[in-house]
Amino acid sequence: MTDAKPVLHLDDIVKTFPGVRALDGVSFSVMPGEVHALMGENGAGKSTLMKVLGGIYQPDGGAIYMGDHKVVMAGPLEAKAKGIVFIHQELSLAEELTVAENIYLGELPRKSFGRVDWATLAERTNAILKKLNVGFDAKTRVGDLSIANQQMVEIARALTVDAKAVIFDEPTASLTDAEKSVLFDVIADLKSEGVGIIYISHRMEEIFKITDRISILRDGQYQGTVATADTDEEAVTQMMIGRTLDLSRNASHHELGDVALEVRGLSCGKLYQDVSFEVRRGEVVGFYGLVGAGRTEIAETLFGLRDPSAGKILLDGEEVRIHSPADAIARGISLVPEDRKGQGLVLGMNCRDNMTLPQVDDLKAGPFVAEGAEIAIFDQYRDRLDIRTPGWKQQVGNLSGGNQQKIVIGKWLSMHPNVLIVDEPTRGIDVGSKSEIHKLLRELAAQGYAVMVISSEMPEVLHVSDRIVAMYSGRIMRTFTSEEVSEDNLIQAISGIKSNEAA
Amino acid sequence: MTETKQNASDLREGIMATLTKQQIGSVLAKQGILIAFAVFIIAFTIANPKFLSVDNVFSVVRSSAILGVMALGVTFVVISGNLDLSVGSMMSFSTIVVLDLHDKIGPFLAIPAMFGMTLCLGAFIGFLVGYLRLNSLIVTLGMLSAIHGLTLTYSGGQNMDIADKEGTWFSVFGQGTALGIPVPILIFAALAALLGIVLAKTAFGRKVYAVGGNGTAATFSGIKRARTVFTCYIISAACVATAGLIQASRSLGSQNTVGQGLELEVLAAVILGGASLLGGSGTIFKTVIGVLILGFIQNGLLLLGLQFYVQFIVTWVIIILAVWLDIAAKRGKLLSPIA
Repeated sequence: MTDAKPVLHLDDIVKTFPGVRALDGVSFSVMPGEVHALMGENGAGKSTLMKVLGGIYQPDGGAIYMGDHKVVMAGPLEAKAKGIVFIHQELSLAEELTVAENIYLGELPRKSFGRVDWATLAERTNAILKKLNVGFDAKTRVGDLSIANQQMVEIARALTVDAKAVIFDEPTASLTDAEKSVLFDVIADLKSEGVGIIYISHRMEEIFKITDRISILRDGQYQGTVATADTDEEAVTQMMIGRTLDLSRNASHHELGDVALEVRGLSCGKLYQDVSFEVRRGEVVGFYGLVGAGRTEIAETLFGLRDPSAGKILLDGEEVRIHSPADAIARGISLVPEDRKGQGLVLGMNCRDNMTLPQVDDLKAGPFVAEGAEIAIFDQYRDRLDIRTPGWKQQVGNLSGGNQQKIVIGKWLSMHPNVLIVDEPTRGIDVGSKSEIHKLLRELAAQGYAVMVISSEMPEVLHVSDRIVAMYSGRIMRTFTSEEVSEDNLIQAISGIKSNEAA
Repeated sequence: MTETKQNASDLREGIMATLTKQQIGSVLAKQGILIAFAVFIIAFTIANPKFLSVDNVFSVVRSSAILGVMALGVTFVVISGNLDLSVGSMMSFSTIVVLDLHDKIGPFLAIPAMFGMTLCLGAFIGFLVGYLRLNSLIVTLGMLSAIHGLTLTYSGGQNMDIADKEGTWFSVFGQGTALGIPVPILIFAALAALLGIVLAKTAFGRKVYAVGGNGTAATFSGIKRARTVFTCYIISAACVATAGLIQASRSLGSQNTVGQGLELEVLAAVILGGASLLGGSGTIFKTVIGVLILGFIQNGLLLLGLQFYVQFIVTWVIIILAVWLDIAAKRGKLLSPIA
């Protein structure tokens, strides 16, 4: 850092919404060549701050400085023109267009009569792609790329302007480890070119791997900035949530009951083959593997969304066939799905109606839905799960991710299932809510529920599971008890490497 | 000391002022349609005092009843996330069939027979859209044409008339009054109350909102999406049959094209009421308001001395305005932020 002037300085930013002070005097600076983490729970104000920075919201107080100049971001285009570039978690690419067309969308190089200059376009694009060291070229159709490579296209797009500051918003949410390391190389390159980087993520291990400083928000208030080298996960977490967290392995053990769910030789075409396992009452069985290993598809089969091509499903020792979610629900199976917004909730509906949706047929007062009973259910699970909402009439779409997930969990707990399947229960959720959900899963098992947890996060699987089923490419590689498992043998199992201990 | 007090009270006033502004904004956004309705009625009444006379109000509501009954059914379809463009030609079908059967098998049997046939059409559409998951725009646009063909085949292209127009009790649905109120208005009101309760208070109504709001999430909650959509089309067909009954009873004779173009007016009323074409929102009460606004606007234009065909253009303008204001309220700006 030869130049000591920050590329970007936020000074005392205030933003209020009806009834909420979303940002309350937030100040921090990003130096050139610095990777600056911005952390906070969902609802802490990170997104609002980024929207202020990107010109989508105008601040009610405070100022933004770039270099020595005070700047006003009138809109997203102006922010981009000033060299502030956002790489969003959710991609915004046209799948049918080529990489080059996406990167230069809106500013394609032209020849006479408005014809596109394809040669120049390909040349410029390939120059950028070379810098990023990716395995595809300008003419590849974006829809044919993996999610990680699509993210690279977004990054390439950022590099077409003279970027002063690049903001990464949860960039690794859908990346594999190999893809992550490529992304981190790109960030290191940007850094060496003196670009300031704001890195937003919930994943501690990444934050400590690649960032220089960490700024923390809590409830819209700036909690301070610390040098990454001088702090640790516990201290950062404490600043984020105002208390400490239990991140240890699952140690508690309770009496296991009968086998609630047994699966024998279950297959579903090419998705997974010959899968056998059992889940007892009082037990949490974790399913760990890479994305695409077939875990979600097993859950979907158990929930009646897919028909198995072979094998048996037994509930309480009795063979069953499950043809639809309604069947599954009637047999006491609940699924908290992977995609909260797409599969779990009707975002435009209120909290109560979402929570009672699977049992709306059973809550009757004469010909009508018994609203009193519905409110009673909502109140019960709001208290039990500590769901923070102004009231049951609130639209679910207005809640934070953690509270939305608790609504989904409440919805399925209120069905009193025999088998509870949760798929990626804490994806995109802040650490505070995460540990609450982990604690809840343990409690549910202790109360006698049979719980299946599918997760792509190793700490989560290790933390909540009594046993862990490791899957690779549609097959179960090995089942671990919590005593046997180690990070090494788990990674080996899900990578398809057979260890000597494996049967 | 006094200065601080002064500041504090200034601050409070400031907060109050902002609050009221926001409250007004939210009231406007929520009740905008009712306010627009009121403003519009006052304006027309000033222009022509006859506008609010009892006779004129009854006449408007009575002539809106057919459109209104159809709009009630289409509200279910739209909230479930689908469209129904076949209601106009389906209404022609019901009208022609019931008039034809009236003289052949008598009104007592003609009415249930006509309902049965119309419900079959609704079931067919519901099967295609619900169970086969075909796009409702394409299915019902196709049915608009197919049912028109069916009607012409049935009638042989001839107008249909009841032989003895004076001597039938059949005219009661379109021309009768009870307690001084025209029967079409009573039918519309009763159906609106019934379907309003079904939509707002029953488990089925809740499922319609869920399926239209997020069909995948509804499926993941064990709701039978296909069955729900199917039932919405059945309700729509039942409403169309009722509208056809009123139409036939009112005129006791009809052309094959009596319902032509009504599908757009029905859709205009539903959208005007504030139901989103994306599904998941809308209410029966709002649809009724939408129907009345459309009816009063068309009537107002006539009272102003404009030709009746101006209403076709005005209907289009109203649809566009309604959709625009709906989107503008959602994004808080009149123009697209990214234009």
